[in-house]
Amino acid sequence: MSMAIPYTVEPRPDTGLNNVKIGIWLFLASEVMLFGGLFAGYIILRVGSTDWLPGSHFGLSVPLAFTNTLVLITSSVTMVMAWASLIRKDFSKYRLYMGITVLCGLGFMVIKYIEYTSKFSHGYYPSTHIFLALYFTLTGLHGIHVIAGMSYNAYLWGPGAKMWETAPEQFTNRVEASGLFWHFVDLVWIFLFPVLYLL
Amino acid sequence: MSDHEHEHHEELSFWRKYVFSTDHKVIGIQYTITALIFLFFGFTLMMLMRWQLAFPGKALPIIGALFGPDRMPGGIMLPEFYNQLGAMHGTIMVFMGVVPLAVGGFGNFVVPLQIGAPDMTFPRLNMLSYWCYFVGGVIMFASFFVPGGAAQSGWTSYPPLSDIATQGQTWWLCGMMALIFSSLLGAINFITTIIQLRAPGLSFFRFPFFVWAQFVTSFLLLLAFPPLQAASFFQLMDRIFGTSFFMPEGLVISGELSAATGGGSPILWQHLFWFLAHPEVYVLILPALGIVAEVIANNTRRPIWGYKSMVYSLIFLGFMSFIVWAHHMFLTGMGSSMSAFFQTTTMIISIPSVIILTALILSLWGGSIRFTTPMLFALAFLPMFGIGGLTGLPLGLASTDIHLHDTYYVIGHFHYVVAPGTLFAMFAGIYYWYPKATGRKMSDFLGKLHFWPSLIFMNGIFMPMMIQGLAGMQRRLYDGGEIYAHTQTALHWHKVISISAWGLALAQIPFIINFFMSLRNPKTAGDNPWHSTTLEWAAPSPPPHGNFTELPTVYRAAYEYSHPDHDEDYLPQFQADRQAKPAAATT
Repeated sequence: MSMAIPYTVEPRPDTGLNNVKIGIWLFLASEVMLFGGLFAGYIILRVGSTDWLPGSHFGLSVPLAFTNTLVLITSSVTMVMAWASLIRKDFSKYRLYMGITVLCGLGFMVIKYIEYTSKFSHGYYPSTHIFLALYFTLTGLHGIHVIAGMSYNAYLWGPGAKMWETAPEQFTNRVEASGLFWHFVDLVWIFLFPVLYLL
Repeated sequence: MSDHEHEHHEELSFWRKYVFSTDHKVIGIQYTITALIFLFFGFTLMMLMRWQLAFPGKALPIIGALFGPDRMPGGIMLPEFYNQLGAMHGTIMVFMGVVPLAVGGFGNFVVPLQIGAPDMTFPRLNMLSYWCYFVGGVIMFASFFVPGGAAQSGWTSYPPLSDIATQGQTWWLCGMMALIFSSLLGAINFITTIIQLRAPGLSFFRFPFFVWAQFVTSFLLLLAFPPLQAASFFQLMDRIFGTSFFMPEGLVISGELSAATGGGSPILWQHLFWFLAHPEVYVLILPALGIVAEVIANNTRRPIWGYKSMVYSLIFLGFMSFIVWAHHMFLTGMGSSMSAFFQTTTMIISIPSVIILTALILSLWGGSIRFTTPMLFALAFLPMFGIGGLTGLPLGLASTDIHLHDTYYVIGHFHYVVAPGTLFAMFAGIYYWYPKATGRKMSDFLGKLHFWPSLIFMNGIFMPMMIQGLAGMQRRLYDGGEIYAHTQTALHWHKVISISAWGLALAQIPFIINFFMSLRNPKTAGDNPWHSTTLEWAAPSPPPHGNFTELPTVYRAAYEYSHPDHDEDYLPQFQADRQAKPAAATT
């Protein structure tokens, strides 16, 4: 009597998509609106501010942020490689690339930690100035996204990878969806870097 | 319940079947019941406020003493408690009452059935969505008992007041986060389900209007809520880490300069809040329009008039609802060019709403109307929503809004839309789909006993508010405007409104009795008690797990009533052949 839900793995013929792919893109659309709201806040507060101070005033390190940009871009590349390895049925390559992706995420957070603690040691807190309030809130929320994506990728690298034996197609779809999210997180940073560090 | 459990003894335990269920129908019923409880709770808060407004400063008899000295010492309401009641009434009714009922309840139960799907695409996310809502509700409810009580800054939580309010505001923000997360998961699920799990033959223009309404509503929830989430993060930062996102420089609080560093903008919150909250108005109304369309088609026994123009209007309305938000902010001094833009878009958005309402009214023309209980509520919806919509026009124009803003007129206006409007549609939906959910029809007599007093009292509450508002009476006044000279002529209406509100509460008793007693109705309703055409009536009542005994195929548009070449007055979407009129063939 109870029927299985169709199109969880195979695409529906007339839409050409499976459920997961529509779901993840809708989720990303809402994420765009979340960060859109945050960036709108940045613009309105900056335009309306009478004593705006740029990131350089608070010693925000462009080299560190640039390194982080490279780290995230690298992780996006390895994320695609991990997915492509699954398409080519090369599971050990997948493990390797996914491992690098997770480590890059970790590296990003370590650099972020160094940046945060150096701000705190200079007495710069979110309450110090409106720029720092924006800096900590925007990078903090982005950091939460990095941790979320990284955790799920780690799961897909470790215990979640058992699915490769039982349902390889579904597993590949999961990696693809996780990859889409990871690229989005990367893209947000591509916007955050110039907005907070350079402009 | 236990008998029922034994019948379906198969694989699932009680907890998995009724509590942590992934079945869209169980989740829909969970949503419905939780939302009805919250609606009743939110209504109770308002009834307490109505005492204070009708009889300011007088002790509330009998139950007044129960609230304790920090809320109602000697039964007399404190201003702080009045503010809590006001803020939480709005929050609960909108975010924990009407929206979860309309989308989480009706959407979850009806949409997969109406599109011929076995369930939602992501059943576990669906369960998570309900439990996020539940947690959000618990947080909001618990906030009444923290030091300083619940949030006091209105349902809109305008800063700087909300930034410096007591702890309850932090709870409000955390509760909102959970509710936003819940609606996000729900919205993703609805859109994916509607796109992917349509039965064979069910193209988009064969959808029942209710499915279209839920589809557009889900996009509004998906895209409008995140900016409020961003704003809530900002406000949490302000309250916990002492940032100044919404705190301007040189703010003086109780005669002292604020310690906040400043540099923020209180208007920013209003923009982000109304960017959600205006589409939210359409989240409140679109599912209601969907339900009314279903009930009207079914009870006039003829197709909906102008189905396609209604669908196009709906989509246009969805787009436009994202660019009208600042008509809530004409008084903020944001500038006349901004006002000009937003009043223009506001006038434009009224056009699709009027098209939909007109199409529904024209659908009555020439129909052989059955005055069933759901139809009475749906019929009453039309003029009530009409009054609500038309009284909104003066509020959408900046020049007239300056006089009316923040008066009881505004309250009267949006309550006409949401209370005798949306809530009547919700009641219509409950009476209409109750047989599908339970296998039993609700009593028609008790239904009418519920309907007529509700209609009278609803108008007794909200019509006088228009009069008060036009007289210049401000909203959110603890004493109901007693101290102002210019409101004296409108003060006596407070008693009329309050007595109507308590009358409205009594009018719900037949509904509550009906809701529970009809479960024991010995007569079963059958699969299609209303002789309806849409797919949910192809499933057994109540539908089993997986919904349909066999996957339905769709052969035609949604509302083929009184087809001239068919011998019955309804031709279901799922019925393959139409029968020639003279022949009395059996199927």
